[in-house]
Amino acid sequence: MVDKRVADCREAVGRVFDGATIMFGGFGNAGMPARLIDALRERGARDLTLVSNGAGTGPFALGALIGDGRVHKLIASFPAPSAAQFRDRYLKGEIELELVPQGTLVERIRCAGTGLGGFYTPVGAGTELAAGKEVRVIDGREHLFETPLRADFVFLKGHLGDRLGNLMYRGTMRNFNMVMATAGEVVIAEVDRLVEVGGIPPEQVHTPGIFVDHVVEVDRHPKLLEIPKEGV
Amino acid sequence: MSLTREGIAWCIARDLPEGAYVNLGVGMPVLVASHLDRSRDVFLHSENGILGVGPPPAAGEVDLDLISAGKGFCTLMPGASIFDQQVSFTMMRGRHLTHAVLGGIEVAENGDFANWRVPGEAVPGVGGAMDLAVGARNVYVAMTHVTNKGAPKIVPRCSAPLTARGCVKRVYTDLAVIDVTPAGFALRATAPGVDIDTVRAATGAPLAIGPAYAPLDVPEKAANGAVLRR
Repeated sequence: MVDKRVADCREAVGRVFDGATIMFGGFGNAGMPARLIDALRERGARDLTLVSNGAGTGPFALGALIGDGRVHKLIASFPAPSAAQFRDRYLKGEIELELVPQGTLVERIRCAGTGLGGFYTPVGAGTELAAGKEVRVIDGREHLFETPLRADFVFLKGHLGDRLGNLMYRGTMRNFNMVMATAGEVVIAEVDRLVEVGGIPPEQVHTPGIFVDHVVEVDRHPKLLEIPKEGV
Repeated sequence: MSLTREGIAWCIARDLPEGAYVNLGVGMPVLVASHLDRSRDVFLHSENGILGVGPPPAAGEVDLDLISAGKGFCTLMPGASIFDQQVSFTMMRGRHLTHAVLGGIEVAENGDFANWRVPGEAVPGVGGAMDLAVGARNVYVAMTHVTNKGAPKIVPRCSAPLTARGCVKRVYTDLAVIDVTPAGFALRATAPGVDIDTVRAATGAPLAIGPAYAPLDVPEKAANGAVLRR
């Protein structure tokens, strides 16, 4: 019998090694695998490369992981001004940033997950983010060649999960979680609730279990139960 | 006289046609939402994965899993849909959105656009700005006509880092509405009490009078009480 459930987050992240590349789902606090990130902080892996839309939303989860000094590179589209932990380390030269337009970040991850070798995009052509990239004119318009982006580990957040690894999201939790699920060697999902097999209607399985290796049920991270100020 | 930030947003809301699929950028553009007549079908897109964003929730009705691109909580309009990043950026980059309204640092007469990186800003962040600028069918820029120091932001060539080349269709400012045409900037409208010479003096590039030119008709206050003119 296939059973992808693990007892706790510590076990779920137990194989993360020094120097690993890790992807984190989430946009803002929605769909952020905050409990898995806390477990990773306790595990203490170093020299990590993170792939995420941003750099966290405050001094917890992703922000705290960066603040710990365990991250040597961030691949992201928008490290927000509120991401103080990243900002401090970046300005001291302690962390490298690879800035990627958000849609290009998504598509690079998709390419890795779907087995493609890259793609040409008009986004970024003629800007400083084109530096060092192959340029090709397609239909009279400059395009940049972008390469696939794969991770050793992917941390996801779902609403419902089952022992087969099927996931369902709610609200705006899907964001990066669905595409990142396809692009990692080891894919770990924290979910609000584990349900029996069949408990998620087949039409509502947003991430099919084939993409997921481990599922762990967690209480919502306390920081994600707070109502922040508008615009945080 | 000139338009307030709310006044600029009000003018854009009035110009968005029924059936428009619109992304509103952070800053002044998001103010457009509060001036939309919600009885008209104008669909607001949020790049984290919503088409049909509604007003902010009432106190006590917050759904912790439902946020918009500004990372504040939101509601959904009837008929809204939710999707992941691949679908969201297909809408943006794939020329499906009819309009993007974006804040601006500079707009050039060839339509070049700079809005993502203030010169000298130490920590860059681009988000979906380049995708929207490249992919939306009509890129409207909402910004002040000049900088805090009085320098023109409507210029012959951008000096700030580019977001995208040749993408801007129209600029809405506190002084005027200006179209970007193959022949350069064309004045579409002036704010109440602002004359053409004042607009020209604040504009860093040649400004023709467009064929549809007319002074804007803007009330003192919007239906929601916001002050539109000062």
